[in-house]
Amino acid sequence: MSTRPAAGAPPTRPATQGRARRRESLAALGMVSPAVFLLLLFFVVPVVLAFALAFTNARLVSPVPAQFTGLQNFRTLLDDPLFYKSLRNTFYFAAVVVPLQGGLALVLALLVNAKVKGVNFFRTVYFIPVVTSMVVVSILWTFMYQKAGLVNELISHLTFGLVHGPDWLNNPSTSMPAIILMSVWQGVGFHMIIWLAGLQTIPQDLYEAADIDGATRWVRFRYVTWPGLRTTRTFVLITITIAAFSLFAQVSVMTQGGPLDSTTTVVYQAVQTGYAQQQTGYASAISLVFFVLVLAVSLVQRFLTREKG
Amino acid sequence: MTSASPAPARPGRQRSLLRSLAVQAARIALALFFAFPIVFMLVSSLKPDQQIFGDLDGIKAFLPVGHLSLDNYSGVFDRVPAARFLLNSIGISAVTVVLGIFVNSLAAFALSRMRWRGKKIVLTAVIATLIVPFETFALPLVWWVNQLPWLQVNGFHLTLAEGWLDTYQVQILPFVANAFSVFLFHQYFQSIPKELDEAAVIDGASWFGIYRRIVMPLSGPAIATVAILTFLPAWNSYLWPLMVVQSENLRPVMVGIQYFFQLNPSWGQIMAYSSMITVPVLALFVAFQRAFVSSIASSGVKG
Repeated sequence: MSTRPAAGAPPTRPATQGRARRRESLAALGMVSPAVFLLLLFFVVPVVLAFALAFTNARLVSPVPAQFTGLQNFRTLLDDPLFYKSLRNTFYFAAVVVPLQGGLALVLALLVNAKVKGVNFFRTVYFIPVVTSMVVVSILWTFMYQKAGLVNELISHLTFGLVHGPDWLNNPSTSMPAIILMSVWQGVGFHMIIWLAGLQTIPQDLYEAADIDGATRWVRFRYVTWPGLRTTRTFVLITITIAAFSLFAQVSVMTQGGPLDSTTTVVYQAVQTGYAQQQTGYASAISLVFFVLVLAVSLVQRFLTREKG
Repeated sequence: MTSASPAPARPGRQRSLLRSLAVQAARIALALFFAFPIVFMLVSSLKPDQQIFGDLDGIKAFLPVGHLSLDNYSGVFDRVPAARFLLNSIGISAVTVVLGIFVNSLAAFALSRMRWRGKKIVLTAVIATLIVPFETFALPLVWWVNQLPWLQVNGFHLTLAEGWLDTYQVQILPFVANAFSVFLFHQYFQSIPKELDEAAVIDGASWFGIYRRIVMPLSGPAIATVAILTFLPAWNSYLWPLMVVQSENLRPVMVGIQYFFQLNPSWGQIMAYSSMITVPVLALFVAFQRAFVSSIASSGVKG
């Protein structure tokens, strides 16, 4: 408990000061209220509704008001084979993308974290996919992933005609890896910049000290760079995980969940149920499960990467 | 760049030269990996389909050679109201950015520079909203905006109409207030000396006057950051307008291109449309590269 001055004005204070204080409070309330009102309307209410509607049979457009159906939606969900596939695919995607994208981003950051000429050019190029919309990227790669498309031509060239690539998006065993590769390509530049910002907060004299001790590059990385990136690491890990769990646009544009449901994800299924089939209640139940999932995973990550000692 | 020096080469020196060459080679290889799809898109948008496919097996796929024309671009405009989609996206993004800067900076001003009860709670609550991804409440939000009233002009009468689906406001208002923007402004405003406010108060300035004449003019970098971080998702938004917009004349570019894609047009036209909606952003990015990068970097700064 901190000892703060009492809210009531001390008797010595002139009345005008109390009035100014009150004016300040009123002005402040006026200034926060537009943002607070909008956040209440478009964040708090829908989040509360996600909980409430999940227990009803609400439909997007319906003449009949929504009815309370208890746990019915969740029971349906547990018997829905598609939901298990969605969950499996979502975890598959996240489990590969998080280490791959995080690791590649760190490699990129280390490569461009040098004070040499031209390094800015490389930063810019690596970042270009990030500012390109995921929808455009998905369409572009759909073309490149065709059986006789650019990716397979490249593979064929690089292996001197020995390997002929598959029909990436129409094969259940390659569809998800194809989406993963493309997603990493698009997003990795973002996290490169985050790592880079983290790298630049590491005091330079630590490196100088390591050099005087004759440390090898690996030792420098292991004992100076890696510990210095701890908070950045947590941030990168959590943002990539949440983004990975939210996989939607790529699936919607490239595969519509196919082939054989090999790319359907939790968010994709929720949108299909809620938007295409208009079953808001059931979709809210899926969203709720998704929310709990995201929350649990980021809490676990935060716990595992917590400050030790 | 490591330049060869006249000094006699020692093994250590040689190794570091080799290493920097390897690093440079890696940088170049990665640059090719990140650039090739975009280059391919831009180049193909100028070629007829036959040539796009003919050039696939060689380096020509990435070079603007052969029969180049803008036919694909005019083809896009012939098939879909692409100009309308572009205008919609420009308008929606611009309004979201302007309102977002205003609303969030105003809130951040009150939260960082004024004394009032409950401010800590409001700040904590606003920041707490950051951990919830949009996808988790997008569907209840669709249902909710469909219940909201909006003023409608009927001849000379103003009436209340129910339901925001298929409007412009539904594409703008939910994205105006943004916890992250409030947070960025808040951090920035705290670096501006509070003595300025006190002096202005003594001179009789109102709080809004201090915000408008003192704090905002000093906050260029924060405003640029929020503008960028609001513009990008607004321009690239897809999931939300896909669910709430049905009419063709309200469609933004990303839903427009997905719709166009499903019409099975020629690939050249798809590349033309893709280029059209990507090049403006790329141009902005190159022009404001420094601001872009620092705005992304600041999003990783621990709060």
